[in-house]
Amino acid sequence: MAEPAPVVEMRGISIEFPGVKALDEVGFRLFPGEVHALMGENGAGKSTLIKALTGVYPIDSGTILVEGEQRRFHGTADAQSAGISTVYQEVNLVTNLTIGENVMLGHEVRGPFGVNWRATHRAATEALARLHLDHLDTHRPLSTLSIAVQQLVAISRAMAIDAKVLILDEPTSSLDAAEVDRLFTVMRQLRDEGVAILFVSHFLDQVFEISDRLTVLRNGQFICERRKEELSRQELIAQMIGKDLETLSSLGGNRRAGETEGEREEPLLTAVGVGRRGAIEPTDLEIRPGEIVGFAGLLGSGRTELARLLYGADKADSGTITLRGRKTTLKNPADGLKRRIAFSTENRRDEGVVGDLTVRENLILAVQAGRGWARPVPKRERDEIVSTRMSELNVRPADPDRLIKNLSGGNQQKVLLGRWLATDPDLLILDEPTRGIDVGAKAEIQEAVAELAAQGVAVVFISSELEEVVRLSDRIVVLKDHRKIGEIVNGPEVTAQMIVDLIAAHGADTHHPSPPPPAQPAGNQPLSARSTSAPADPAVSETTEEQS
Amino acid sequence: MSAPSPAAPAPSPVVVWLRDLIRKPFFWGIVAIVALLLLNVVKDPAYLAITVNPANGNLVGNLIDIMRSSAPVLMIAVGMSLVIATGGIDLSVGSVMAVAGAVSMEFLKYAGDSASIGVAFSALGLALLVSAAVGAFNGFLVAYVGLQPFISTLVMMLAGRGLAKVITSGQNTAASNEPFRWIANGYVLGLPVVFLLALVLVIAAGLVVRRSALGLMIEAIGINPRASRMAGIQPKGLLLTVYILSGLLAGVAGIFSVATVMTVDVTRTGSQMELDAILAVVIGGTSLAGGKFSVGGAAIGALLIATLDKTVLFLGVSSSATPAFKAIVIVVLCLLQSQRVRSWFTSRRASGGPGGGAGTRSAGDPPPSGGGGDGGADPGAHTVSSGDGAAASSPGGAGLASDVEAKEVAA
Amino acid sequence: MSAATTMPAPTAPDSVAATPVVTLLKRLQRLVTINPSTLPTAAAIVIFVGMIIFGEIAYGRIVQYSTLSNLLINNAHLIVIAVAMTFVILTGGIDLSVGSVIALSSVAGVMLANSGLPAVLVVVIMLAIGAAMGLFSGVLVRYFNVQPFIATLSMMFLGRGLASLLSTEPERLADDSPIRALGTQIKIIDGPKVNDLVVTPGVLIAVVVVLVAFFLLHRTRTGRTVYAIGGSENSAVLMGLPAPRTKLLVYVVSGTLSGVAAVIYTARLGIAQNITGSGWEMDAIAATVIGGTLLSGGFGYVLGSVIGALVLGLMNVLITRDGGIRPEMTTIITGGILLAFVLLQRVVIRKRE
Repeated sequence: MAEPAPVVEMRGISIEFPGVKALDEVGFRLFPGEVHALMGENGAGKSTLIKALTGVYPIDSGTILVEGEQRRFHGTADAQSAGISTVYQEVNLVTNLTIGENVMLGHEVRGPFGVNWRATHRAATEALARLHLDHLDTHRPLSTLSIAVQQLVAISRAMAIDAKVLILDEPTSSLDAAEVDRLFTVMRQLRDEGVAILFVSHFLDQVFEISDRLTVLRNGQFICERRKEELSRQELIAQMIGKDLETLSSLGGNRRAGETEGEREEPLLTAVGVGRRGAIEPTDLEIRPGEIVGFAGLLGSGRTELARLLYGADKADSGTITLRGRKTTLKNPADGLKRRIAFSTENRRDEGVVGDLTVRENLILAVQAGRGWARPVPKRERDEIVSTRMSELNVRPADPDRLIKNLSGGNQQKVLLGRWLATDPDLLILDEPTRGIDVGAKAEIQEAVAELAAQGVAVVFISSELEEVVRLSDRIVVLKDHRKIGEIVNGPEVTAQMIVDLIAAHGADTHHPSPPPPAQPAGNQPLSARSTSAPADPAVSETTEEQS
Repeated sequence: MSAPSPAAPAPSPVVVWLRDLIRKPFFWGIVAIVALLLLNVVKDPAYLAITVNPANGNLVGNLIDIMRSSAPVLMIAVGMSLVIATGGIDLSVGSVMAVAGAVSMEFLKYAGDSASIGVAFSALGLALLVSAAVGAFNGFLVAYVGLQPFISTLVMMLAGRGLAKVITSGQNTAASNEPFRWIANGYVLGLPVVFLLALVLVIAAGLVVRRSALGLMIEAIGINPRASRMAGIQPKGLLLTVYILSGLLAGVAGIFSVATVMTVDVTRTGSQMELDAILAVVIGGTSLAGGKFSVGGAAIGALLIATLDKTVLFLGVSSSATPAFKAIVIVVLCLLQSQRVRSWFTSRRASGGPGGGAGTRSAGDPPPSGGGGDGGADPGAHTVSSGDGAAASSPGGAGLASDVEAKEVAA
Repeated sequence: MSAATTMPAPTAPDSVAATPVVTLLKRLQRLVTINPSTLPTAAAIVIFVGMIIFGEIAYGRIVQYSTLSNLLINNAHLIVIAVAMTFVILTGGIDLSVGSVIALSSVAGVMLANSGLPAVLVVVIMLAIGAAMGLFSGVLVRYFNVQPFIATLSMMFLGRGLASLLSTEPERLADDSPIRALGTQIKIIDGPKVNDLVVTPGVLIAVVVVLVAFFLLHRTRTGRTVYAIGGSENSAVLMGLPAPRTKLLVYVVSGTLSGVAAVIYTARLGIAQNITGSGWEMDAIAATVIGGTLLSGGFGYVLGSVIGALVLGLMNVLITRDGGIRPEMTTIITGGILLAFVLLQRVVIRKRE
């Protein structure tokens, strides 16, 4: 098959941030007239690759060829003038200006008296018309539009600048089904006009619907590039999370299968209809003492969002949480801490470590916060916390007076775990505690979690590595598209593959999974598909067999 | 600045102590003080001489003068170091000094009794009460209303001076009260009372901050407000406390400076002292972006400023020009703290170890203004809103990206 | 001169003012419904008109040529620095150095003029001093990521210190200096008694500054970039706008306009001193904020800032007329107004979110 020359080719791209190798010798090709999906889990390097291409980040090594010519851009403006337009995940427009200005900013039509606003707004309307948005009054402030429509305006802007390459970084995460349809129509139209489109999304169904080719990244490394027809959903998920199909299927739940059947203890926490607009739809959940509840789902499925509501990191706007039989509201993290809930964040750097403080100070921070500043933790107690937690979790280097920012990611994570253990929580929520850390530290953290549960602590365990969730959890809550789609009681017969199937199958019959409309309160769909045991969808298992 | 290398064969304690001292950020402050004193000695070899006044046994000399004049700066520098550590600023300290001075002088003038200790204490108490109230007002605006620290304290900086003028009806009120005068002019053990008092207060503040968990929490919210919130720290009360302390200490400074001459000059008492305080704090090694602070360092910085003021005077330069020099020093210190200049010294990739926290201090970070989502009115915090929005869909990736981005945008 | 004495005759001026006021209000209402971001500015206009009506009723002799001319003449410099501040605040920054830059520029200017330098050259140097100080702040903000208020606070002290280094005495401009011509009063309408409509070249300069600023902000890409930065600097960069360059530019604009204000003020007063302009940064910020510019940037209009400056000027007139309020109260009142408007902005922002 004679392929045309790629319009963009990136070879051996490496980017290193302090302490993180964000991209490691990654290659990428983008052909004219195709929609190319860039896939990968959180931290795989998708956004970094895009920002490397558009010159937002300087690259450490590697070459970028645009239409066969070696280029290096110094920022978005530079890339734009070479015909590469980007629409980022967060809507990168300015809400204080009008719709028309946002479309035309930097490209306003100018006349003898400066910007000719009439002509500019006309041009903006024309650009919007390509997405059938010409009914919008371009003189209205952008802030009057919903996030979804803003995203479409951003795309109009990108196309107003006659782009050869259009990069769409998670453009659909805030769109509803009809809007996604509209976007896809435009994307196809552009593709047929010869525009190369780079598309990033975590909605697998959308990816399979629109894209012609896929590139998978994992942990900053290139994994594979395939045409859509060559890759099944299951294979794709497997590639993204880094386990081949055999391993995924063979890994069974080996954690206390069936043990919990006997005594049904009173739940520690009961959530009824707990949700937050734009983050997670109203969800029911029970957590018992000594139980490990895994949250499984891809990035953006609502797993983190739900966990944050259980701690009070975000305030739920619906539903009730009952803790130890008592109704309670969690307005902020301090509330969670007071009620002996601990939450170790996925976002270690921004919400976890306090970088310029020492390991010792980081360890006692939550305990101290619980007591207020006027009642300092006595030195004896401090020393005890530090020495027990550091040896128990094997923090290296074993020097408590080192600044935590100088520790490796795994050891930072152990310190954070230690910080929460020191508060002696009844419920410990761990969001991706093992991401981006080495295998040894990973095993140590997993062990510590199992040990805690054995002592009667309730644990919520979130990980994008399904294998890990299956191995550790007593019960697995499966989430997709901001919604809980099922709950599985773990047992020897439960495998990661079952969860993959569940996620892949759910909503696959409808054309687009519709995420909750973020800014529209009226459109809350009721909870659907709540299955308490693993539904083995025969259709899905058949396709799996065909593929393997 | 690289990681400490494993020590060479058993260095002596003195060497260790010296090495630690040199690493302290305020070491250069001490060096500068010594250098300034040497400069004075070059001009007048007898500069450092301290003699005993035979009449009353008090020590007399330039060093004693420096001590005495350093007292007000010491006070506001300590308060400012706490405020700056939280990532804020208090521009109102100079005006609070004027207010405290005006209140105490007016009170003494009307009380009349020029020998009563009770009256002196009442004046003190009243002045400190008013100062604390101004501080509380600042703290309330910053912590509970969520205003940017600089704007709320700027209003206080200008309105406070107006308040001082209103209190004295625009006059430079003078009063006489011996016990009050003694605060600034008395001697104990041959040393000026005012300096000893300042020293005691500095040490007390240092102890309170370090023996309680106040210091730790202030640093935590200054370094990473989001992580501190997630760890369960509630910043509002802390911020209020810190601004009240700053106001209170500025009030003490005001009393110190008016008690010297027993007159409040409503336009000049405490004028431009906020600059001195900021400078002292920065010399003491506290970053203006907040975070790790050192009360001792701020005190060294204050002593340096007092020495500098005296030196400028001694060398015959117009004293009204000293702010210009101080401004230049601040600019230079700010430059030294900036990411760009640092990267000139240490290349980005060669920096030793995984400095994961490097980006957490970028310009895009919100000051700890009462909780998470209210970065809206903050000039530096535009990235915050988008970060928050993204947090709903993918906190990890977006957070990392926007953080690095903020750095890049800044560069 | 108390308010009570004029109470019996409130109807006369009221009915005179009624028709234009009503039409004005109607037009404002229309503007606001089309574009809600004009609401704060419209509020400022209403406040200004309200103050005029109140002043006329309470004290009289407000709505007349001489008072209004003097309002403009005495506040021309404030209008100019309010415009300067608008540029900076629109990007989400702040410039605390305007007052000090005026002091430095005017002291240097008067001394140079007195040393016999040609007036044109002196004026150019005065502007250049402002531009240089602005450039310095801008470089600190743009290249070294220093917080705007710290960078400009340093410039505030630097400017004041340098001015003091030049002279601590009031420097008097020779009466025959051509610079003073910029402060001469030109009668346009010769009213009865002293009720003349008068302008000075300084006022005309301020008007030109306002018009140019308006054009720059609303009719050029640079101006729109200023607004975009205030909306979201991150987005502005990712949209490919020259955000860093523009950020530097606004401080240069602000410094240069401070130089212009120094020229206007010096020409009018004929005296420059190292303490000239202390506290004016707050007046300028207050004028800008009252005029509807959000401190967080992105929203606001130059014309609003002009109204804000006039509100402050009028407030001074009313305080003087009242006689019951001590002049020391002025800074407190200004501070209070500023604070009230800043708080109002927070409420508006919270609502919008």
